[in-house]
Amino acid sequence: MNRRQKTLITTVCAALLLIGVIASALLIGDEWIATNFEIKNEPPSLAHPFGTDWLGRDMLARTVKGLSVSIGVGVIAATASAVIALILGMLAATMGKAVDNAISWLIDLLLGVPHLVALILISFTLGGGLKGVVVGIALTHWPSLARVIRAEVMQLRSAEYVLISRKLGKSRWWIASRHILPHMIPQLLVGFVLLFPHAILHEASISFLGLGLSPHQPAIGIILSESMRYLTSGMWWLAFFPGISLLMIVRAFDILGENLRKLTDPHSAHQ
Amino acid sequence: MLLEAKQIGFRYERDRWVLRGVDISIQSGEIVGLVGPSGFGKSTLCRILAGYEKPYEGQVLLDGAPLPASGFHPVQLVFQHPEKAVNPRWRMSRTLAEGGALDESLLGQLGIQQEWLGRFPNELSGGELQRFCVARALNPQTRFLLADEMTAMLDTITQAQIWQVVKEVARRENLGVLVISHEKNLIHRLCTRVVDLTITNEKT
Repeated sequence: MNRRQKTLITTVCAALLLIGVIASALLIGDEWIATNFEIKNEPPSLAHPFGTDWLGRDMLARTVKGLSVSIGVGVIAATASAVIALILGMLAATMGKAVDNAISWLIDLLLGVPHLVALILISFTLGGGLKGVVVGIALTHWPSLARVIRAEVMQLRSAEYVLISRKLGKSRWWIASRHILPHMIPQLLVGFVLLFPHAILHEASISFLGLGLSPHQPAIGIILSESMRYLTSGMWWLAFFPGISLLMIVRAFDILGENLRKLTDPHSAHQ
Repeated sequence: MLLEAKQIGFRYERDRWVLRGVDISIQSGEIVGLVGPSGFGKSTLCRILAGYEKPYEGQVLLDGAPLPASGFHPVQLVFQHPEKAVNPRWRMSRTLAEGGALDESLLGQLGIQQEWLGRFPNELSGGELQRFCVARALNPQTRFLLADEMTAMLDTITQAQIWQVVKEVARRENLGVLVISHEKNLIHRLCTRVVDLTITNEKT
């Protein structure tokens, strides 16, 4: 088995894990997380592998549901952020000095304000909830990636094969879509992967502060912040299993992004 | 057709002229050699003639009219380093097709094998890549070909093969060719006329 096949297999495994979590969250009905005071505060057992919480709800079902909410928020927000970064980065590098100055100013402005402050402001203005969190994360996380893409496009614009393409009579738009955009895809994938855990963690922290998702949508951040109160009484499983699961999901995304970058790069086609 | 550069002045930094008062003209069907030591602006002059740089002084004229700013440029430049002149993410067939339709027989004459067309640039050697760059530049719309150390990194047999083809295409299509090379023998064998930049360039 060569390295490319190994990469493909790990990619498929990571993707299956993510799809599995989302699919099982859809299959698990509300009766799985119904309260049952007879079995509250139980440590992990065969019937409840992740234990139960102070209301007797099964932690495995809650974790899976929470992960799928978090993945949803993370994917939507990180994708929107990456798209904003791509568009603004490309515009800044190709549309001339005035546009570049305006976009660079915007990037500096947003980088100057701490993420969380801008996120709270946007989320609060939009009335909180899922929409507020997603829009808030999408609007605050693009600047660093936009800066990378702008620099990359600027470098690529003076590459010899792009200059030659101009002299072969190709238009700006043709060059941007055929030469420059495909080169940005690895950057975009890596940027997206780096954004994803940020998005989940910021979603968790803003939910923790009470400005994000409501406690009825048990995202992983809410589960973790709720468990804080019970940790001191020795109920370690409330934080341990959801935390480990979150780490695994983030790592799965990491592997997925890294491998996609490798697979799209012709330099590693024969490894 | 006549490609002429009149009183060209160019500098990359203030008060450090690379070219000053350079005149050069190439007639269709002519093969002109351009010689001069390193750093005398041979490559810069080529870039100006092919429209990659704008001169600070003077102008480049094609049959008395300025060069077109967009569309297919009638003066094509072949660079010294072919690995930078092709998109590393494109298969060679796509790179070849970028300039428009090509004469199929040209590929055979240049020694380009069919199976190379499906490969990526990093799967070909420098010499093999340079043949693609030459083929791409020898488009039917090309009127003048500028070869900036085009065959400097190739072995002698390949050099001879490529120049044979270029010479033949130039005769058939009535192209003007400008050859930059440090190889005196090559210039001697190929060119009908030689321009020496140490004499022409009046930079102070």
